[in-house]
Amino acid sequence: MKELGTYAPNTWCPGCGNFAILNAIKSVLNTLNAEGLPLENVVLVSGIGCHAKIVDYINVNSFYSIHGRVFPPAEGMKLANPNLKVIGHAGDGDAYGEGLEHLIFAAKRNADITAIIHNNRVYGLTTGQYTPTSPLGFKGRSTPFGTKELPINPLELMLSSGATFIARGTSHGIELLKKIFKEAILHKGFAIVDVLQVCVTYYNVYEYYERRVYELKDHDASDYNQALNKIRQWDYNSDAPIALGVFYKKDAPTLEDRFYKDFAAKDNIDRYAKIKKVLEESI
Amino acid sequence: MNDFSVLIGGKAGFGIDKASLSIASIINQLGYRLYVYRDYPSLIRGGHTFSIIRASKEKIAAHKKGIDFLLALNQDTIIWHKDKLTDNAITIYDSDSIKQETLPPNRKAVALPLGKIVKEENAPEIMRNTCIIGALCKVLGASWDILDGMVRRNFSKETDLNLKIARRGYDEAKELANIEPLNQGKLPLLTGNEATALGLIKAGLKTYIAYPMTPSSPILHFMANFCEEFGLKVIHPESEIGVILMALGFSYCGEKVAVGTSGGGFCLMTEGLSFSAMAELPIVIIIGQRPGPSTGLPTYSSQTELGFALNAGQGEFPRFLVSPGDAEEAYYWTQVALNISWKYQIPSIILTDKALGEGTYCFDINLVKELKEEMPALWDRKGIYKRYMHTETGVSPLTSVPDKDAVIKVNSYEHDEYGITTEDPKETNKMQEKRLRKETYMNEELKKYDTLKVYGRKDSSTAILCWGSNKGVCVEAAKNLGLKVIQPLVLSPFPLEQFKEALKGIKKLIAVENNATGQLVRLINSYGLNVDEKILKYDGRLFSLEELEARLKEAAGEGIRYVRA
Repeated sequence: MKELGTYAPNTWCPGCGNFAILNAIKSVLNTLNAEGLPLENVVLVSGIGCHAKIVDYINVNSFYSIHGRVFPPAEGMKLANPNLKVIGHAGDGDAYGEGLEHLIFAAKRNADITAIIHNNRVYGLTTGQYTPTSPLGFKGRSTPFGTKELPINPLELMLSSGATFIARGTSHGIELLKKIFKEAILHKGFAIVDVLQVCVTYYNVYEYYERRVYELKDHDASDYNQALNKIRQWDYNSDAPIALGVFYKKDAPTLEDRFYKDFAAKDNIDRYAKIKKVLEESI
Repeated sequence: MNDFSVLIGGKAGFGIDKASLSIASIINQLGYRLYVYRDYPSLIRGGHTFSIIRASKEKIAAHKKGIDFLLALNQDTIIWHKDKLTDNAITIYDSDSIKQETLPPNRKAVALPLGKIVKEENAPEIMRNTCIIGALCKVLGASWDILDGMVRRNFSKETDLNLKIARRGYDEAKELANIEPLNQGKLPLLTGNEATALGLIKAGLKTYIAYPMTPSSPILHFMANFCEEFGLKVIHPESEIGVILMALGFSYCGEKVAVGTSGGGFCLMTEGLSFSAMAELPIVIIIGQRPGPSTGLPTYSSQTELGFALNAGQGEFPRFLVSPGDAEEAYYWTQVALNISWKYQIPSIILTDKALGEGTYCFDINLVKELKEEMPALWDRKGIYKRYMHTETGVSPLTSVPDKDAVIKVNSYEHDEYGITTEDPKETNKMQEKRLRKETYMNEELKKYDTLKVYGRKDSSTAILCWGSNKGVCVEAAKNLGLKVIQPLVLSPFPLEQFKEALKGIKKLIAVENNATGQLVRLINSYGLNVDEKILKYDGRLFSLEELEARLKEAAGEGIRYVRA
């Protein structure tokens, strides 16, 4: 068991849901390492926000990106070297707001990366504004009289965009989180885990979730329609049971599979000779 | 006739572009040097499109206003261009769609019933081009063999039919001009965009990423066409934001990568640019300029992004910025840009424009100094790896994932040597100074290169100050008028010493720029220097040689040494 910690002082609020994600991912990395995954092949990518500090706290390769831009660099890395295990940590502002376009495209391409969304449904680091998954009427510092717009259901969006692994966990269920993270990381293709991570300071809905969450049972994750039904059960707005676990899982060719099928690295070619040939043909 | 221009015009969709390259290819076989200027609107069908193919004994990189051979595929071409015809100009026109009475008076003309000919041969409309080119060949006095060779090279589909149509045009016309073949070696015809791509490939580019945008899309297309040949990864992602961030993912893995766009796309890339500087991830960005603000004139040319490229991105950081003036410079300086970017782990920006990118030149590789691919300073594998280790030069040795001995952490936040976020004031200062220090060493190294070039009469007290694609027209005008030309190629870090040296003995400095405010002038203003006159053009079109000479005469006044007839 490797410590995997760094000397960076942890600055999350006491009780922050991010601790569960940190502990779960460290534990999963250790397990995967023991099962043969070289840790040097792992790259953690993060956006900007409270969630993103996670990369400072784990002693593996990391790419601390900018707000909303978690998935394009992750895809770039995988196309540069398909042997890497790239795990993208993003907040709900990152993934579903500023960088929604990239999320949809990563899913559409079925890039072989894992997206872990620290979805606390509030902007924490900027001190409490609504996000794309805050419920209608959410009162934040930019919307003191309540939001006038409905939240999106990100998992429904991911299903229709082509994600091949879709799951949900909470920051108050670390054993389930570990199980889902491990399965998501091992999944070949675009895997998204929406983690209902409680922000104790700006949007503490711990009790709300506790009363509504349940673990998926007798659910066929290979069935698109079953997945859609379970994903639609809760719309991130109205009161409804909130399912946890793996909604959808499908084997499909990845971006890297398709890309490398047609690509052959040519490190030993004489580029200058080929350039001369191109020039010769342009006379 | 050692210097002549052919203009071919019609509607978008007539195949004017391909036709102009076919004409250039024919004249190239006669041993002439060429420059092709393309003028087309932002649409797929209709409008008026034309190309000017200028041929000269000398190497050229500018077009002339005066047209010696007008090839008109429709009535508009006559209306638009008949005033540009020289006294001995010859018009070759489609007599099926152009009224004879609209032709310019007192000039020779060749009537070709193009519509009738393609109909008789059961050929598609687009082959009217081949027919009119056939006629031009005969008019120029070029042999059938040259035409036959061109058709076989350029038309892999329907070769026989094209040959038949070309023959019809060739036989209908008479030899009217005496264009003597020149006894000099032929050169490849290359656009600035192609030269840019080849330079990057030569310098070790592994990956090219871009979102389509005029005038840089042809680089994307070229890279995509040649990806197998050179083992390149070529990717077209969701947006320019996606482009640059994806590229930084490649850069993190140690793969040499470049991106290309225009001003509008570069707007979206600026957060990525600033990130690359903070994270010290090497990247090359090509900006093909076109007139703005905003969408502006998408298919025309400008030099309006110098100020933007110099200042883009939040925060303060060094960048390498170069603006090549022709195909050879594009080929050479893109190599330097890629090398410098990796050597100093900084962003390199290559500022081109529509004129350079989509202009066709006779490319002489022998004029380009040999450059080697340079590798970044690599980690010596001693001790614990620190991605941002403090060093004398500010450059921290690199290693890339996966490395079993190193944890490689890059960060958009201010960070310590290991890449862990910090807000410590001392560390902040040290890191800011480390990044800025790289510029000092880069500046020193750049002294090995011709970062500024001087042309024309070295003893003239009047000089033209120009940059980028205006080089060609400025150098030629200066030659005719007896002026000196100063062309800074590298614009960041600005070659101030070389510039001051070039200014010695100059009493009148005239800036020539394709923008409305004088952006290079503003840059030299920041060093306490100024120009005496500004010649600015911002209608999206390029200076013709005649126009620039006239405006220079006006601006230079007494400074004009002599005027060549």
